[in-house]
Amino acid sequence: MNSRISHIASNTFREAVRDRVLYNLIAFALLLSGAAILVGKISIAIEKLVVINLGLTAVSLFGVVIAIFIGIGLVSKEIEKRTLYTVLSRPVRRWEFIVGKFFGLAGTLAVNTFFMALGVFLALFYVSHTFVRADALIFVALYFIILEFLIICALALLFSSFSSPLLSAVFAFSLFVVGSFAEDLRNFAAMTHGITRWLATGTAYLVPNFSAFNVITSIAHEQPVAGQLIFHNTLYAFFYALMALSGAVLIFEYRDLK
Amino acid sequence: MNSRRRTTIIASLVLVLSLAASSFVLHRADQLRPPGTLDEVLFLSSPTVIKRASLGYDGLVACIYWTRAVQYFGFRHHNYAPSYNLLAPLLEITTHLDPHLIVAYEFGSSFLAPQPPAGAGEPDRAVALMQYGIQNNPDNWRLYYDLGFVYYMELRDYKNAEEAFERGSHVPHAHPFMKIFAAQMAQHAGEYRTARMLWSATYETTQDKQIRQNAVEHLRALRADEDVKHLQEAVTRFGERTGHLPTSMAELAEAEGINGIPVDPDGQPYLLTPDGRIELRSPENFPFATRGLPPGFRPKYNAPIP
Amino acid sequence: MPAIEILGLEKTYSVGFWRKRPKRALYPLQLTVEEGEVFGFLGPNGAGKTTTLKLLMGLVFPTAGSARILGQEWTDPAVKAQIGFLPEQPYFYDYLTAHELLNYYGQLSGMPAKDRNRRVEEVFHQVGLHDVRGIQLRKFSKGMLQRVGIAQAILHDPKIVFFDEPMSGLDPMGRREVRDLMEELKQKGKTVFFSTHILSDAETLCDRVAIIHKGLLRSVGAVEELTSSVQGKVEVIWQGTEIPASIKVLGVECHLSGEHVRAIIAENQQDVFIDVLRRERQRLVSITPVRTSLESYFVEKLRHAETTAGSAV
Repeated sequence: MNSRISHIASNTFREAVRDRVLYNLIAFALLLSGAAILVGKISIAIEKLVVINLGLTAVSLFGVVIAIFIGIGLVSKEIEKRTLYTVLSRPVRRWEFIVGKFFGLAGTLAVNTFFMALGVFLALFYVSHTFVRADALIFVALYFIILEFLIICALALLFSSFSSPLLSAVFAFSLFVVGSFAEDLRNFAAMTHGITRWLATGTAYLVPNFSAFNVITSIAHEQPVAGQLIFHNTLYAFFYALMALSGAVLIFEYRDLK
Repeated sequence: MNSRRRTTIIASLVLVLSLAASSFVLHRADQLRPPGTLDEVLFLSSPTVIKRASLGYDGLVACIYWTRAVQYFGFRHHNYAPSYNLLAPLLEITTHLDPHLIVAYEFGSSFLAPQPPAGAGEPDRAVALMQYGIQNNPDNWRLYYDLGFVYYMELRDYKNAEEAFERGSHVPHAHPFMKIFAAQMAQHAGEYRTARMLWSATYETTQDKQIRQNAVEHLRALRADEDVKHLQEAVTRFGERTGHLPTSMAELAEAEGINGIPVDPDGQPYLLTPDGRIELRSPENFPFATRGLPPGFRPKYNAPIP
Repeated sequence: MPAIEILGLEKTYSVGFWRKRPKRALYPLQLTVEEGEVFGFLGPNGAGKTTTLKLLMGLVFPTAGSARILGQEWTDPAVKAQIGFLPEQPYFYDYLTAHELLNYYGQLSGMPAKDRNRRVEEVFHQVGLHDVRGIQLRKFSKGMLQRVGIAQAILHDPKIVFFDEPMSGLDPMGRREVRDLMEELKQKGKTVFFSTHILSDAETLCDRVAIIHKGLLRSVGAVEELTSSVQGKVEVIWQGTEIPASIKVLGVECHLSGEHVRAIIAENQQDVFIDVLRRERQRLVSITPVRTSLESYFVEKLRHAETTAGSAV
């Protein structure tokens, strides 16, 4: 990675930390420990199930919210506050700025997810007093969650490169929801004909497809995840994020900073 | 070349290539998944939980689940899937979210009760679904009809079927045929006629294309069954009278005083085998036919999706 | 080799939400700034000064035209290492301390770590922020931010600095310091290109100025050249408590103050006027030529531009 990109990335990370983004970890810790204790008192058989389900769902939702709320401001806020002027008048190419921002946000989320994952394992240990082999599957779920974040980061950045933060938030959240229902969209496309089919299939491939990333429930039931799925999800996330990112670069490359 | 143009070209290329690559990966991933696992897991299966989770937007969520139910059935139907494990839960969730979605009950009565591959083979859950529907929509005669239909067609429970039709006939604005069905159930004679009437009623009163198409297929099969039955009886009569089997359909038709060669609902002549059996020429076109099938023929359900 | 060559840069923005209308921010601009010059870019608010600077910095893209900086294509990223830019009313990442900010900018400019540390210390002394370099920028006043802005513009020791309204937000002491700093840059052989609407700054600092109004370049030249083109005036003061009728007849505006009367007259009227005073037996105190300020030139130019605006557009 060229040094300017890494400097921009680390500054983005520093901004998130100083803006107290990581404070969400406190809310997460409270939620999880509260749930662990409560569940331990109420249900005997499924406490582990609840901790894994709740923990990983919270990791995912907290991350998505953070990704969107930071992501949407990454470019538009810098334009609005004119902090970009003194950055872009230096030997920084516009695409470097976008890519740097992306890595900064992705890094923030990775660190955040690391701490949350730690919390999940602690809660798990609290309720079951031991780790079993199947618990390693949680790492797969976490890996998928991070892949999902990469896609959302890139999308938020894409919207941020041409739209106001509020609109970007709306776009990014809608795509997140649509992406979670992408499987339905594709099934729908498969059942239609003619132009509708054509449009629906196109849309189904264009919107992010998150349905294959959610393995929380099956992991809670200790069902293994196919290696093929890991491989495909990795490739998909990589290419999709790359696509959104190059879209952001293209838009930003031509944008007048008024 | 200036750096901006270079960036533009590279970024455009990357954009197109990564879009193609991500679509390709998605496509590949779909193909790799065994058909059984596609959508075979409902993350949330408790209707109550889903109702809570829909945060008051249960109407919208009901529509989504209804669409999913239709898609699920249609998609698997299209692929000759051997089972429909999710149909019942999907319909239960849908009707729980929106108890007044009548078409969901209709769909259930047509596709939940029949044995696979025509349906999910869960008549008991179909009955429960109809009863839940009647409980929530006591003024809709259609649900009593659907309930009676399931009792009669799938469970051969004439007593309960009669009761359902009878109760339905008292609902204001009920279709007049409800009374007739109630009477038919009491006699439970003339199976073909009753079945034909029921399917015709379904055909005439539904709004749903898939349900209507299903009724058409059943009506066609009923006619074919009835034809084959009559022709087979004619063969037997012929044998008793002449001591040998008819050698051709023409011979049989002449002996029976039928004008021309008898044809099936598609206009194709029925076949007479050398051992005296009446068969459909294209049995695959009559997925619900029960007679006139070649030995060992298994219907591969392939009703066209509307 | 000229430091800056602006070759017909022009910019038309589209304004409006639904039906976009074109709005000219800058008409094709032709301008050359030599190396080592302090060049003033003058014009009232909204004249197109900031647009020109943003075009040169690659922050907005021109509708047509190009520019060369230090002989290279102005969009070339390599050029950016040679220039420093202070935007108008600068704003910075307020979660950083002044020190962190400069360090970050030094990294972006590709300065090696050793140089960077030395230069950061140096420029903090230069702009007088050394004591507050560890404080987060969100606590900085407007004037302090302006100083940070200047510090970041000169941090990487650029050959050319572009200042957009460098004096705004500064107190008189601060303005003085900035003026000294610009002198110092000139001494070091740097090229300074700055925009301002405060003419006295330009008058004392600039080798040459350009005047821009409504997106159109009105004139370029050395300050003396420009001001001498406006006719000279003289100030005449004599003793007296009232204005004689014969002088009133001349139509000259006179001001009474105590024992003295003061009048400003055109140079060519001087002889006639003094004759009249002598005839009236008034006692002359002084005759001083009034140096025509850039301001009066400026006002005149703009008034002229107003009347010819129709033909220019």
